[in-house]
Amino acid sequence: MTMLADNISLHLSGFDLLRNVSIEVEAGKVTAIVGPNGAGKSSLLKVITGEMEPSKGAVSFNQQPLSQWSLEQKAQMLAVLPQHTLLNFPFTADEVVGLGRIPHQTGSVKDAQIVAEALELVDASYLQKRFYTQMSGGEKQRVQLARVLAQIWQPCEFGEQFLVLDEPTSAFDLSHQKLTLDIVRNLADRGVGVVMVIHDLNLASRCADNLVVFNGGVIEAVGSPEEVLTEQLIDKVFGVKSIIASHPVTKRPLVIT
Amino acid sequence: MRRFSASGLIWALAIILPVVSLLSMTVGTVSISFGDLFAADNSQTGTILFDIRLPRILLAICVGAVLASTGAVMQGLFRNPLADPSLIGVSSGASVGASLMIVAAGGFIHSGALLGLSLVAVGAFIGGFVATLLVYRLATSGIGTSVTTMLLAGIAIAAIAGALNSLLTYFSDNDMLRQISLWQMGNLSGASWTKVSIMAAVALLLLALFPKDSHALNALLLGESEARHLGVDVQAVKRRLILLTALGVGVCVALAGLVGFVGLIIPHIVRLAIGPDHRWLIPASALAGATLLVFADSLARVVVVPAELPTGILTALLGAPFFVALLLQQRKQV
Repeated sequence: MTMLADNISLHLSGFDLLRNVSIEVEAGKVTAIVGPNGAGKSSLLKVITGEMEPSKGAVSFNQQPLSQWSLEQKAQMLAVLPQHTLLNFPFTADEVVGLGRIPHQTGSVKDAQIVAEALELVDASYLQKRFYTQMSGGEKQRVQLARVLAQIWQPCEFGEQFLVLDEPTSAFDLSHQKLTLDIVRNLADRGVGVVMVIHDLNLASRCADNLVVFNGGVIEAVGSPEEVLTEQLIDKVFGVKSIIASHPVTKRPLVIT
Repeated sequence: MRRFSASGLIWALAIILPVVSLLSMTVGTVSISFGDLFAADNSQTGTILFDIRLPRILLAICVGAVLASTGAVMQGLFRNPLADPSLIGVSSGASVGASLMIVAAGGFIHSGALLGLSLVAVGAFIGGFVATLLVYRLATSGIGTSVTTMLLAGIAIAAIAGALNSLLTYFSDNDMLRQISLWQMGNLSGASWTKVSIMAAVALLLLALFPKDSHALNALLLGESEARHLGVDVQAVKRRLILLTALGVGVCVALAGLVGFVGLIIPHIVRLAIGPDHRWLIPASALAGATLLVFADSLARVVVVPAELPTGILTALLGAPFFVALLLQQRKQV
């Protein structure tokens, strides 16, 4: 079961945002998308989540064209965490995470339990009754993470579940970055397919099974972090001289700049 | 923290509203004691109570409920706590429709009627509905309805309507001028059982349909694409809620003129008290709006006895200071 983008091109007001991009996201794997700003990473996320129609190419989801799933079915299989969420109404953290249960009919008792567990998981139980509008950036992002986790908390009858994250760690301190990657890893082990855009190459290297490097609207390289992360590639894509070492413990590639 | 639990506030309002309404039956140019309220039969008192006051109070309840609940819905849909139903052009359009009827139909206005409603009411409803459709069409393209464009289109349509209104005022004589400005102040004095039945039917329809979309409105507060990812058919929800609001507010404005303030401030106050969850916000706003309007209308009947003030003046005079007090209190807490 996969999320499959086949030969996608996206033109928007005269610009080529994506050119002939194909990508496969497998259930149970973590796929990390890296690349410079404006390389088309977020555009690809918008296309594979059905938010934007590609100008060319097709997107399929669990062996069916994406558009053939109903909105409700899709919402039970696919949760999306945007980079920023502009919520300026004074919901409590509880209520925000509870919004993730809208696609499900599991009853308020079960939902309350899932909400509490999701908040606990992202280390935000202490925020439960606090107002979203009064939280710090990192706290808000953790609550939003809990919301998308609550959305795919239980397996779904229609097919494999996927989680799409757009720079999930950008607002986090060191410990919450690690926490997020651990959560992502656990989800993948449970069978959820995770796609995330991430800027920190070392975080990507540490948790991704599959690394996709974007540059100027095309895919520059795909493969395991070991295959993809080379000094030449980083120089070519980011214009930065670097040394690739091996992490003393995990043995994953370590980018030193 | 929030001051009230949602169910607590709804229960309290559900008790306060009938009490205020009952009290309202006793006040007016003719003061009627509580005892007479139940003893009244065929006499003059009975006529005052059941042909004048009761329909008026019921109209106030329905108008207040519709204005406040549509206000809550619009604020959710526009993700802006300062939105109100007039944003989608319904009030300004209705204003033009009413003025046009007053000026163009001139002398024949008092006799002309359709289904027991004055031509002014019919004109106001059509004007409001047409303006909303126009705003909606302007903001809707192949990719959906843009809320921002809708706000801007609403401002543009309101400007055009304002100009048309001024033009009509310019050409009207003294009597028409007074009629137009009185209409714009909002007034419940023309209540009749016909008006009450129409208004009640619309209010029931809205209050029966809005709860179905309260989850969708909650999700929409996160943003449109977030709502879509939560399984909400955003375009369908928008279309449905805008149409219902245009219908509800259009009928309110047609039957009671421009009663300002209720649609903007009541949902805001209720949100401060119980939070933004639309499952509670919409019914609580409806009850609070109904209570405020009944209260304001009762005062309107007694402050300048034997004459009466237009209700719209009092809703603002009563609600605004209360709102300012809430804001000041909130500022102290932060």
